[in-house]
Amino acid sequence: MGVDIRTKELRKIYNSPPPFAAGGAMIGAARSVRDKKQKKQKAEILALDGVSLDVAEGEIFGLLGPNGAGKSTTVGILTTRIKPTSGEAWIGPHDVWRDQVSAKMLIGVVQQRPNLDFTLTAREILIFHAAYFGIASSERVRRANELLDRFQLQDRADELARGYSGGMMQRLSIARAMMHDPQVLFLDEPSTGLDPQTRLLLWEIIREYNRDGKTILLTTHNMEEADTLCRRIAIVDHGKVIARGTPAELKASIPGGYLVHVRFSAAADGLGARLAELPGVTEVKAKGDSMDIYADRGGALVGAIVAAGAACGVDVADVHISEPSLENLFLHHTGRSLRQ
Amino acid sequence: MNWKTFTALLRRDAHVARRNFIPLVLQTMLQPLLFVFIFGQVMTRSGFMKPEYKAMLLPGIMAISMLTTGIWAVSMPLISEFQFTKEIEDRLLAPMKIEWLAIEKVFAGMIQSVVSGLIVLVAAWLVMGTNVGASFGNPALFVAMVFLVALLSSAGGLALGCSVGQTQIGLLFSLVLVPMIMFGCAYYPWSALKSFPVLQIAVLINPLVYASEGLRGALVPQIPHIDTWIVLAVLVVADAALILFGLNRFNRKAVL
Repeated sequence: MGVDIRTKELRKIYNSPPPFAAGGAMIGAARSVRDKKQKKQKAEILALDGVSLDVAEGEIFGLLGPNGAGKSTTVGILTTRIKPTSGEAWIGPHDVWRDQVSAKMLIGVVQQRPNLDFTLTAREILIFHAAYFGIASSERVRRANELLDRFQLQDRADELARGYSGGMMQRLSIARAMMHDPQVLFLDEPSTGLDPQTRLLLWEIIREYNRDGKTILLTTHNMEEADTLCRRIAIVDHGKVIARGTPAELKASIPGGYLVHVRFSAAADGLGARLAELPGVTEVKAKGDSMDIYADRGGALVGAIVAAGAACGVDVADVHISEPSLENLFLHHTGRSLRQ
Repeated sequence: MNWKTFTALLRRDAHVARRNFIPLVLQTMLQPLLFVFIFGQVMTRSGFMKPEYKAMLLPGIMAISMLTTGIWAVSMPLISEFQFTKEIEDRLLAPMKIEWLAIEKVFAGMIQSVVSGLIVLVAAWLVMGTNVGASFGNPALFVAMVFLVALLSSAGGLALGCSVGQTQIGLLFSLVLVPMIMFGCAYYPWSALKSFPVLQIAVLINPLVYASEGLRGALVPQIPHIDTWIVLAVLVVADAALILFGLNRFNRKAVL
């Protein structure tokens, strides 16, 4: 039995700057709302502006957006840590803000920053976490061992987590969130600070966890992560969902998603017009002997481009094809790069 | 109410307290015990102080260690765990209403306060030796007093811990704890302040006054002290007020 996640018109206005753990970086990006009635104008930060999501049971769903888009605030509201100004949030049958305890029973949370219990060792962190969820003593020890192995933390399992490196803390945070085998797993930028090898291990673990029918909501600003892991994605920016769908759908939604950059042996008159008439080409930008061709196809177009060049008496010197990407998509929707 | 979660959280706190036991004991008990040795032994035996001073000092020392232990045990972890690392988050996500986490912390603080009070009571008694003159004539009163003082310290720790930031810990000590101890009627009875009428009234806002005078009434009733019923009433009201204030602050700090 899986558990779904729903939000309806979530809004959140912070009256004071949100702490870093809840997406403090958003301060710069969020716009200020000023209440004219108040004598002393109090800066308010609009973090979420009507976010409605519907994550199906057993799905890996990604919230993609730049820092300060409202991803962490959305996760915070769904995990009982941030009270919404208005709107509803549901975990399965439980309204998160009316029935917090039942909602908390179903979820495991990995925050953006490792918030480990630094007075305990790694093993104790896992075992006590399971105890909070009422898991029997022998089962706690067994699961802790299993996860310490899985996350390659066994060697230093009995050291205080305080001395761990950033990557180890992150792995331990994820192991902890899985300790009570929650139906829904929230991962707020899980691969931040992980080396490429560990990131692959994490992705594998996430997929494996999802295979048992668990619902996973992850936030990321890493395109590749969203693309490879998520079945569906919502792109958020300035507290609003600006696009949603499967990665393939989203990529296909960009007009002329492919960019074919061609350099010819020389500039030729009429070549641009000829290229623009090729089937599937939406736009051609000429820069001297180079052409940027936006089209709905990539490699399949190369033959026709070569032929068009030959007809104008020039040869193709270089071709580079950019596939449709979520990066391009984000750029298309917001006019900004995700990394900005 | 999810008791499994509550007891697991208590076990966690007990585990951490056990690990920090020696530093904790040194931190909270060394000073009162040295004080007892100097004033209860050196000064009385050399004749600078009357032997009766021992009886006066015993409940005061116990009150100081109970109060400082409870405040320390609850407020210090809270202050650091609510910092940006948010160490407390894991426990806030435990399947229990978050108020109960605050109550658990208060409960754990009370236990530590009682343990430290009893250790200091016994140790101070041993250090001062004979003729302390304490009586347990009214055990029920003693138990009630210890309970209310422990709750006072622990609830005070909750209120302070949720109101003070890490940068203000130094101020907390120099501006709150030190004056509280000095003006807390721990080293002298409240009646000794009668030649300073303004001060005598002003110190009544200090919770340590009621802890010292209350324990005095329960342990050494022959020494002049504020009427026990008044002390009990003030402690009940102060405990309730601090708990309510502390829970309110905790909720505001825990949920954004």
